[in-house]
Amino acid sequence: MGSLRVFKTLTGQGKQPVTMPHTLSEAFLSPPTDASAVGFALSQLPPTNAPILWAQDRLSRKEAGRPALAGMPADRPIIMVDLSRAADVLWAMEDGLRCHALGAVIGEVWGDPPSLDFTATKRLAMRAEAADVSCWLIRRAASPDLSAARDRWRIASLPSTPHPYDPQAPGAPRWSLDLFRSRRSKPGQWVATYDGAADRVHLVASNGDRAVEPRDGAVWERATG
Amino acid sequence: MERCGSAPLDDVPMVLAREGQHGPVIHAANRIARIEGIQPGSRVVDMRAICPELQVAYADEAGDHAALDRLVLWARRWCPWTVRDANNGLILDTTGADHLWGGEAEMLVEMETQLSLLGLTARLAVAPTWGAAWALARYGPVRSVCEPDEAYFKLGPLPVTGLRLDDPTVLLLRRLGLKTIGAVMDVPRLSLTRRFVKAELHANPLMRLDQVTGKLAEPVSSVDVKPVIRVQARLAEPIFDPTPYLPDLCEDLCEQLKEAGQGCRRLHLTVYKTDGDVSHIDVATSASTHDPAHLHSLFRDKVERINPGFGFDLITLAAGTVEDMQDKQTRLDGGSDNDLHLTKLIDRLSAKFGPHAVTRPVLHQSHLPERAETQIAALAEYPNKGAPLTKERPLRLLDHPEEVRVLFAVPEGPPAQFVWRRQTHRVARYAGPERIAPEWWKDRPGTRLRDYFKVEDQVGRRLWLYREGLHEDGRGGDPRWFVHGMFV
Repeated sequence: MGSLRVFKTLTGQGKQPVTMPHTLSEAFLSPPTDASAVGFALSQLPPTNAPILWAQDRLSRKEAGRPALAGMPADRPIIMVDLSRAADVLWAMEDGLRCHALGAVIGEVWGDPPSLDFTATKRLAMRAEAADVSCWLIRRAASPDLSAARDRWRIASLPSTPHPYDPQAPGAPRWSLDLFRSRRSKPGQWVATYDGAADRVHLVASNGDRAVEPRDGAVWERATG
Repeated sequence: MERCGSAPLDDVPMVLAREGQHGPVIHAANRIARIEGIQPGSRVVDMRAICPELQVAYADEAGDHAALDRLVLWARRWCPWTVRDANNGLILDTTGADHLWGGEAEMLVEMETQLSLLGLTARLAVAPTWGAAWALARYGPVRSVCEPDEAYFKLGPLPVTGLRLDDPTVLLLRRLGLKTIGAVMDVPRLSLTRRFVKAELHANPLMRLDQVTGKLAEPVSSVDVKPVIRVQARLAEPIFDPTPYLPDLCEDLCEQLKEAGQGCRRLHLTVYKTDGDVSHIDVATSASTHDPAHLHSLFRDKVERINPGFGFDLITLAAGTVEDMQDKQTRLDGGSDNDLHLTKLIDRLSAKFGPHAVTRPVLHQSHLPERAETQIAALAEYPNKGAPLTKERPLRLLDHPEEVRVLFAVPEGPPAQFVWRRQTHRVARYAGPERIAPEWWKDRPGTRLRDYFKVEDQVGRRLWLYREGLHEDGRGGDPRWFVHGMFV
């Protein structure tokens, strides 16, 4: 299960969660046109064949495009709901979370609309937990205000890994993941490498190594032998 | 004519045209046009030469059929057996029904009156057989009544076209010198049999004659009306909000549907206002259903759109597009069905946001990225999938590619730097180009090819850029660059 796989790595030092119920997660994108959060959310969905309900408001669609089926990691049916207002997106997501037949519900909201307040996110979170359907709220050009989302991520793209065969080409994508608030595991920061062929995310703790001192490696301090 | 909203003038030659093999042909003509010598079936250009002031409109044949089918049911007021005759007639089996109107002649007058109140001109005839009535109505005197024993006298003077024969046979009979039905009747039966022994019914004058005289049976097989499933609430006083009455109406309607073993795909809510105005609300479902709570929920936000005016005192709820439906139990403990939940969700979303807002993208066989995906209805079946792509494709696509200003080292190569949405991106790494040629069978001539590059900028954003065209390819000026998508 996708979410389990990541959180096993995340909570390695703490208590190991036995089952992680599907719930509401929120992802903030630093440049709004970045597609990394969508890729991360898709990699975290449970690997079933159930359809995904995908609601978008108008600005998200205009500014950041629509999800393209040809680029999806897994071939699963998608039900697109193209709406104009953020309130409608929230309504559609909440209505979709009443349905157990869905595999996941993904909503994209642009900016900080007044309808997306603490109450709205609380309703989404409780409905997602009651129906046991994972729900992702992808927010662009937004500020992380008060929210009841169980996990809140800040996701951005990093320069990709070297391509194994072509030094000029970008290789496997890398993302910086910042879990800045979580109800069920310890917040932290990671650098994730996404393996598109296997649809798998590899995580490395980003605070493993500190920056190299500028004096280190100078000629007269180099270790010998 | 309905599109014009007014009837054509009587003194203007007017024809309806349909598409023929060599251009449009005349489908029907009005009286003045027929007097001018215009014949149905001939080409419009030829008839324009005969009559230059001819006015032509296109015929709506499917609409005519549907209207005639409705008229068949409307004509049940005179007798229980009615049927449509080809595409321009009605046959009513009035046996035993004429005395209710005071006789056959009076019945015809009544019919003509009622039809003219609908705005229709009718030519009517009463005859003992279908074939005789067909001939008399088209070629006989006005409102002719033919008794069983006078078929020979009444039908004899009519032309042979009244025998419902195809054109080659009519031409053959004319060449044989048989111009009226009476002349054909006078030919010995043995000669006709020998001449037309292998002919089909529509080319066989003898069988057609037998149908006219009743020797060959031609029964009227009446179509059945589907029962209308409808409930209504009559109110003592005018009200402004139908919401409190909707649950009961939905339950009553679903009771009727369950008794009939059917489910509905559409619901029509009609309110009749006190000032004589009528308002409608229609909702549709993606699968047939007879669940009252679900049907009620579809009206949730739509009822507010009714303009009540001075209030309304009659509400009707009718089921449209009724389908046979059986209750299925998928689990032994009678639990819920997941597929059913999904259809209900789609219904709720479509009812609230409109059917075009809820779609399902599917892969389509095309190399052009914007054509590699088509939208179908959310629950529609889609059997053939597009070929799986081996090339890497972006996760997000812009609906309209956005033009960027670029700096490049070599004109055929990738850009070194580009400005997109007022921000400068320096290309750190790139992959490509991947050339996608225009689809010549679909695109306009002069469409330029595209070279796609996957580029990564200095902060790690991975974009899908393309250059439209080549330098000096003779299809416009310098090539332009566009951003088309974003990779994960």
